[in-house]
Order: sequence, then C-alpha cells, then structure tokens
Amino acid sequence: MTDFLGIVLALIVLGAIGIPILVYLALGLGESILTLVPAKAGQKLRPWVWLLLPVALAATILIFPVIVTLGTSMMDARSASFVGLDNYAWAFSGSMLGIVGNNIVWLIAFPIATLVLALFAATLFDKVRYEPLAMTIVILPTAISFTAGSVIWTQMYSFQPAGTPQIGTFNAFLGLFGINPVPWLIQPVVNNLSLIFIAVWLQLGIATLILSSAIKNVGSEMIEAARLDGASEWRVFFSIILPNILPSVLVVLTTMIIAALKVFDIVYVMTNGNFGTDVIANKLYYELFAANNLGHASAIAVILLFTALPIAFINIFQFRSEARS
Amino acid sequence: MTAATVQQSGAVSAAATQSVGSKRPRLLRWLVHLVVIVFIALWFMPIMALLVSSFRPQADTASSGWWTVLVRPVFTADNYFLALDQLKVAGSLGTSLAIAIPSTILTVMLSMIGAYALVRMKFPGRTALSLLLVALLITPPQITLVPLLRLYNAVGLAGTIPGIWLYQVGFTLPFGIFLLRGFLASIPQELYESANLDGASELRTFFSIVMPLSRPIMASLGIMAFLWSWNDLLIPLLFMGGSGMSPPITVNLAGLVAQTTQGQGPLMAATFLSVAVPLLLIISLQRYFVRGILGGAVKG
Repeated sequence: MTDFLGIVLALIVLGAIGIPILVYLALGLGESILTLVPAKAGQKLRPWVWLLLPVALAATILIFPVIVTLGTSMMDARSASFVGLDNYAWAFSGSMLGIVGNNIVWLIAFPIATLVLALFAATLFDKVRYEPLAMTIVILPTAISFTAGSVIWTQMYSFQPAGTPQIGTFNAFLGLFGINPVPWLIQPVVNNLSLIFIAVWLQLGIATLILSSAIKNVGSEMIEAARLDGASEWRVFFSIILPNILPSVLVVLTTMIIAALKVFDIVYVMTNGNFGTDVIANKLYYELFAANNLGHASAIAVILLFTALPIAFINIFQFRSEARS
Repeated sequence: MTAATVQQSGAVSAAATQSVGSKRPRLLRWLVHLVVIVFIALWFMPIMALLVSSFRPQADTASSGWWTVLVRPVFTADNYFLALDQLKVAGSLGTSLAIAIPSTILTVMLSMIGAYALVRMKFPGRTALSLLLVALLITPPQITLVPLLRLYNAVGLAGTIPGIWLYQVGFTLPFGIFLLRGFLASIPQELYESANLDGASELRTFFSIVMPLSRPIMASLGIMAFLWSWNDLLIPLLFMGGSGMSPPITVNLAGLVAQTTQGQGPLMAATFLSVAVPLLLIISLQRYFVRGILGGAVKG
C-alpha cells in the first residue's frame, strides 16, 4: 500500500511539476535559439516555436489517427487486404440497422428532451429568488461521471416481478397507484428512453446554464412593455424570449447532438447493449475487442466522424461570424 | 441628493413592476414555486438515494428501497469499510488522482502556450489553424482508438499512466485553446506594448504578465479538464489494460456493476466516494465552472 502511495505521488510530481518545468525550459531554449538568428527570421519562426508542442500533440492524438482510420475502414478485419466500401455496406445492413436506429433515437430524443427541460428550468428559475440554489442542484449531476450516474440510476430503475416489494424508486412509486411495475431497462423502446433520461439528468445543468445566461441577456424593457400591452407569459416566451435566444438554443442542440453521437458509458454499464439498446460506440468497442474486426470498427468510427462533421461546420460558421463581429 | 432621487425613482419603477406583477393571478406565482421546488427535489433525489443507500445495512438494501430510512432509520458505515477493503477503492482513487492532476495541469499549460501564440503572433496560416482547432473540437474519441493503441504498443506507452495523460491532454487541447483564446484576445494591446518597452522578453511577458492575468479563466479550464479526466471511462478502459496499477475509479465501478457478488451496499459506497471529489470541486468552484461552460459554449 505504501509502495502504491509512493508511485501515485511520484507520478503526480512528475506530471504536474516535472513536465511543466521541462516545457518551460524547452520554450526558453527555443527563445534563445531565436536570438541567434536575424531578428526578421526570428519573428517569422517564433510562432512555430511556441506552437510546436501543442500542434505536435494534437497531430499525434487527433489528426494522425483520423487519417489512419480512414484507411483501415476500407481494409478487411485484419487490415490485410483492400475491400473498398464493404465495411460501410455492412454498417448499414442486418443487425447494424437496429443499432444505427437506436443512435437515431438518441440523436433526436436526447437533445430535444434536454432542450425542453432546460428551457423550462431556466425560465422558471428566473422567476424565483432562490435561483442560485436551484441552479446549483441542477449543475451537481454534471460533475458526476456517466459511469457513476449509471450506478446511481440502477436504484431508480430497479425492477422486481409484480406482487413482490419493489426496491426501485420508480416502480415503488407506480405501485402506490396500483400500477404494475415496468422493467425499465429490459422492455424495448422503454429501455432506450430510460437510458436517454440518465444522460438528460447528467447533462441538463450545462444546457440550463447556457440558456439561463441567454435569457438574462434579453432586454427586460422589451418584456415589460409586452406585459404592459397585456401579452400572456406564454406569448412573451414564444414571441420575445425564444427568438432572442435562438443562437444559444443552437449551441445547446449541437453540444447535445455531439454527446448523443458518442454515447458509450451509459449503455456499456447499464445493459452492455442487450435488450435492443446497443449503440454504435458500444458496438465499435465490441467489434474491436470481442470480434477483433478492425475493418468494421474503423468504418463505424468514420461514420461517427462524418455524422459529427456538419455540426462542426455549424460551429465553424459561428466561430467565423464571431471573429468578424 | 441625486442618489436619493435615483433611489426613489428606482422604488417607483419597482412598485410599478410589482403592480403589473400582482395583476397576474397570485395562484400562478404559487404554482411556479411549487413546480420549481418539486423539480429540484426530483433532480436531487438520485444523489440523495445514493448517499442514503451507501449507509444502509446490506440486508436492508436487498429487501427494501432507500426511502425506508424515513420510517426506520438504520445506518452503518460498514459499506465504506467493505468498499475500501475488498473493492480496492482506495487504490482506484489514487490512480484516478495520478491521472487527473497531471492531466489537468498539462492541459492548462499547453493550452495557454498555444492560445497565446494564436492570439499574440501573426503568421501565415493562423486563420486556417484556428479553424482546424474548431473542427478538432468535435472529433469523436472512438476514431482515434485503434491507431493510437498500435502506436502506444509500439512505443511502450500502453498500460502506462503517462500514456493516459498524453491522450487526455491532446484530446482536450482544442477545447482549451478555444476557451483561452477568447480571454487572451480581450487583454488590451497596450499591456504587451509597455512590457516590450520595458525590454521584457516574450517568455517573461507570458509568464509574469499574461499568466497571472489569466488565472480565473485558467481555473475554469482546469476544473473542466479535471472533471473530464476524472470521469473518463473509455480511454483508461482501453489504454490501462495490463498495467500493474489499480484501475481508475470509473473502470473499477464499471466492473463492479457487472459482478453483483458484493451486493449493492459496497457498490453504492464506492460510487459515492467516486463522486464526492467532483461534487466538492463543483460546489466550491462553481463560479469558475459556470464561466468555463459559458465561455466554451456560447462562443462555439
């Protein structure tokens, strides 16, 4: 045990103090080399001295693997021979259709449920004096890992056959009204929605924060004027607040779509893809480590990337318009 | 005098708003309170249930729901001893710290260096590089797994904690640079110019002027990087295989869910220990977390 503690401490000292000092020294070395070359050339080279480490790291961890995976997605299971688009054809056929379908359910239900609940929470919290407390409670789950969140929710979804005492919160609650218990994680369709709701619980805080800050930026004069004119709260929300916070709504939707695309932990921990809940990220893990099919796994990964790309374009577009303004 | 007038007119306008407010039915106001309170109570319930279950005796957890403590409060700390003793939770927490602390510090440092170069220095390709960074923000981790596993195996980083740092820092870097870039661009140009006049080198300007000024935003990035690193399951699950260290807490928990021999109690205790660190962090540093979310999201 003391050995282990020593290793942990040594690693922390190495990574949190040692490497930063090395990075500092490397920058210093780069700068002193720059003083040796003519000033004009130095000015030209300086950005690359500074960018060397960040760019090299991003290239190694992100750009290089993307390029390699694009290649292996067109090779067979062992990356031995070229098979063209066979892996992509496989990814959209047979048992994969159900999995892709589940991801589509995630892609639609998760962002919309999060958005609607976040709009609801941000609007109502804005009207009460204990808003900071309410906000803190909604933010708390965002600190929790998807893994721990899944364990937490086993207590909500736990299911015992009808007639026996229910120890799951939801089924016990239904029992109060004499409703038969629901096998939340086993019954098809219901189980997908149950898993999605765990993600909503975990991520709502982020969406609520973004929308709440946007709502507070809508001019209160405009809202008060509309109220004086006799507009209902409902009307104020849909005709004034919502149109004014559309950019933030877009941000929330794109963020949540990306999260839905990559969802892995919840499915892996709760059902491991059984009972018709499999998603592509979990299937990729299976293809990689159980089926050892590199071609299939790579094709799935590339599909994930290309589904995410349009969202990146939306992001880039916003980034550019921000840079211009 | 002026202040009093302002105050008075403020009071008048507040009264006006209130009279408008009271036109709306009082019932509606109470309804808003009711809905908000029920909502936050429901949202907090799963965490409450976790905390309660982690302190209930094994036999009780197996036979009744967590709410039973309301009528029959029986608590024990046994689950925590079991979790620390048999489930190797202490070791896992140690490994998680050994991953998350360096990963956080390196992410903040390298993001600062990258963002500083992007904001302060003019060079051909700067716009292209900025756009590439934004595109990299969305790269799914899954696409990187196979090539990096091979690379790690080839260079001996597989199964090591520095390998995990490298991955997490590289993966979070685009977000970090993106978040810091916005802040650094808002530092007035004159500050740099006066530093230049004083003869400060670029390195000195960076470490003794820009870094101290950027402390709040670095804290924002730091807390987010820490949460991501601490909560990551996929990367340690794949890259830590075959190492002599205890698995990090997320990997340990995911394994415990699958095997139910130890019962629910110790699992709940282990889970509570795993969320205690991030929960404390987010409660005590909420200001910085909120800033990080808003700075990273609204601009992207």
